[in-house]
Amino acid sequence: MTFTAQIINVLAACILLTSFGLLVQRRIYGLLRIFAWQGLFLSASTALVAYTAGMNHLYISAALTLTLKVVVLPYILYVLVNRLNIYRDVEPLVNIPATMLIGIVLVIFSYHLTAPIRELSTLVTRTTLAVALSTVLLGFLMMITRKKAVTQIIGFLALENGLFFAATSATYGMPLVIELGVALDILIAAFIFGIFIFQIRTTFDSLDLKEMEKLKEHEGA
Amino acid sequence: MEGSLSSLVLTAIFILIASVAIVPLFHRRQHLIVSIIFPVFSAASLFSLFAGILAVAGGEAETLILPVGLPDLPFHLRLDPLSGFFITVVSLLAFCVSIYSRGYIAGFIGKRSVTHLAIFYPLFLAGMLLVLVSDDAYFFLISWELMAAASYFLVLYEDGVVENRRAAYIYLVVAHIGAVAILLAFGVMAGFAAGFDTFHGYTFDAMRGASLPPAWASTAFVLAFLGFGAKAGIVPLHVWLPEAHPAAPSNVSALMSGAMLKTAIYGIVRFTFDILHTPQLWWGELVLAVGLASAILGVLAALLENDLKRLLAYSSVENIGIILVGLGLGMIFLSFHQPLMAALAITAALYHTLNHAMFKGLLFMGAGAVLHATGVRNMEKMGGLIHKMKWTAPLFLVGCLSISALPPFNGFVSEWLTFQAFLMSPSLPSQHLNLVIPLGAALLALVAALSASCFVKAFGVTFLGHCRSEACATAHDATPSMRAGMMIAATACLLLGVFPTVVIAWMGNLSSQLAGETIARSAGEVGWLWLTPVSAQRASYAAPMVLLGIASVLLVVFLTLRSKKSAIHRVPLWDCGFEKITSTMQYTSTAFSMPPRLIFGYLFHIKERVRPGLPDGRPAEFPAKVNYSVRVRDRAWGWFYRPVADLAFRLAKHTARLQHGRIHIYLAYSFFTILFLLLVAL
Repeated sequence: MTFTAQIINVLAACILLTSFGLLVQRRIYGLLRIFAWQGLFLSASTALVAYTAGMNHLYISAALTLTLKVVVLPYILYVLVNRLNIYRDVEPLVNIPATMLIGIVLVIFSYHLTAPIRELSTLVTRTTLAVALSTVLLGFLMMITRKKAVTQIIGFLALENGLFFAATSATYGMPLVIELGVALDILIAAFIFGIFIFQIRTTFDSLDLKEMEKLKEHEGA
Repeated sequence: MEGSLSSLVLTAIFILIASVAIVPLFHRRQHLIVSIIFPVFSAASLFSLFAGILAVAGGEAETLILPVGLPDLPFHLRLDPLSGFFITVVSLLAFCVSIYSRGYIAGFIGKRSVTHLAIFYPLFLAGMLLVLVSDDAYFFLISWELMAAASYFLVLYEDGVVENRRAAYIYLVVAHIGAVAILLAFGVMAGFAAGFDTFHGYTFDAMRGASLPPAWASTAFVLAFLGFGAKAGIVPLHVWLPEAHPAAPSNVSALMSGAMLKTAIYGIVRFTFDILHTPQLWWGELVLAVGLASAILGVLAALLENDLKRLLAYSSVENIGIILVGLGLGMIFLSFHQPLMAALAITAALYHTLNHAMFKGLLFMGAGAVLHATGVRNMEKMGGLIHKMKWTAPLFLVGCLSISALPPFNGFVSEWLTFQAFLMSPSLPSQHLNLVIPLGAALLALVAALSASCFVKAFGVTFLGHCRSEACATAHDATPSMRAGMMIAATACLLLGVFPTVVIAWMGNLSSQLAGETIARSAGEVGWLWLTPVSAQRASYAAPMVLLGIASVLLVVFLTLRSKKSAIHRVPLWDCGFEKITSTMQYTSTAFSMPPRLIFGYLFHIKERVRPGLPDGRPAEFPAKVNYSVRVRDRAWGWFYRPVADLAFRLAKHTARLQHGRIHIYLAYSFFTILFLLLVAL
């Protein structure tokens, strides 16, 4: 295994670590910080893949990841959290140790799932596919187990990080046009989430998604 | 000249669709929308009308491929005599109705916004035209859905009324069940045309070349007949029709009854005679039986109805039945390889299609004018309107005469031709058909008579006698543009009735496309004056002579009455020695339909209630007044719709348990789905 490949593996491990960090972190500012770190690792690994594979368009992706996921999105969320005064503790639905255990099961599952691909692929990045898949699943898990809307947005963005990582590790990234499109989508999604959160709060006086159960149609109505 | 006619139709469609983009800009200037945009629609309909007439006369098929839609699946367009004929039907009616709409829609201004009416109206027209020119299943279904969706929003126009919302919902459900059946029918055809693993069988051209085993051909036919039949309103799938058509604004009702039902007929004709092209005997028998059932149940329901627009809607069910009878006979004749007789039956059916579009359009426009003037639809609240609506009444009468199949109007010609087709059947080499078909002819005769009595009631109760309520005391006549629209339709009714030989000669290419033979030659063999469907020895009808006879009798009567000044008096009614006669003493609509209600009542679900009004201790033998109420419902509700609806609700209730309203649970659903799929993929 070459040196760069080893570094890519280290970065993949860091990404997985930050994913677990997102699951464990109880404070919202902490979450934002970890999310930014995850973006940084992602960007670095993308740049490294670009260097090893000699694919120049991946540099643009890396730069895009750096600006969007390390700077812009955390900043937007930071402003949002400040405006809404919600730097209290994260409220999980399932307690944190249990979530961790589920997360570990998911990681094992991902490794098991990608085993056949690891044997077939010839890319430098083939071993990281399992990490990418676990990042997706862990992001999803975070969305399911958190009560507040802001933490769910972070979960969603982490999920997207996983997808992006999967794209670079499985096929050296998507075509540039698609990547630009996805980046734009994420940015717009963040804005829309922001607006939604404000709307949710003005409607229910709370950011707890439990309030939204009231929107359900009542039986017999 | 290659492609010139289809480009004319496309121009019309383009104008209609472009106006959808323009109308919202003038949202604040409602009067401008009404006075500018509806004449534009009439002009667009004139374009397509022109193209349709020429396409039938020319007899050539123009095809066009538009490279839009999904990659590798372009839209195919085709303008042949069949689509040309239906384009003529739709455009002619759309022309009249668009003129009429200008006055009718203006009545809504100030009550509710007309913008979305002016948006969905052209979409609806464009949808119908697109259905008629499309030549592949994919484009056809897109256009079909456009038409259905646009008409759904038109039905929902007056959405403040609960019944309208309910009607629109039922309409949407039935339309979609029908669309699914049509989709499956096309799927079967496409599968046999090019194999089930490719999409290339989706053009009608490929389907025409498909060779189907008889059982699969029958499956495709039954699916298509169900699907199109649901839209056409065949019994027992007709229940949405008397709900949805009256709920829409009257100009839209006219288009729905007059034109949209015809696109369903077009679908049946296109699918059976063109795409499948070799009808089997039992298909014809099925269509004939369903047609007769629709005709008889439709006319009876119309006769028992007191709501003017519902009456007209039920009468549409009846007329669709008559058209299907003609088509069914055509299929039977074709299955016995009798192209000439088939041509007669198909010509009769299609002629009736054109006629029904005209007179039903006219009648709905007339009903709209009455609704516009009085604000009520219940005939029990009308009466004496002939004095207030001096234009609408005679025009409505023309529609009533036409639909009752009285000469010299158009309804007579097509029903007479249908009877001629019936009378040809004894030459068929089948014993049981020779026994059953005359029975069908007798039923059709009964339908014609009942329909006449139904429209005696419609006209008599609405326009004759005295006012029955305040609403009609303040009625006013239709505005000039409404009159103009109705007058064009009435003129078309008369012309189509007086010059049938010309029309049949024009339709010659059509029946040769569908049946491989035409009656155009034999129909006009002794000149344009005499209509002789098969031969001069067998039967003939000279409509211009009949018109001349009627006109001369009328002239003589008019002159004799006018020659003596004293011949016409206006005096109070003879009151049989009562002090005074009130309008409640008139023959009511309910009373008029009493005899058929007693005779045929078992076909319907009828609830009759008599309640004596007994204020404070009055003995039961001497009530102060008696309340009588009667409610007539279709049995199809209880037999077909209720069980299906109940089942749907029960299923929905069980499925609703999945709905918690908790976003986490929804997310968990997709999470576990992904995990499951990944596991399965492994």
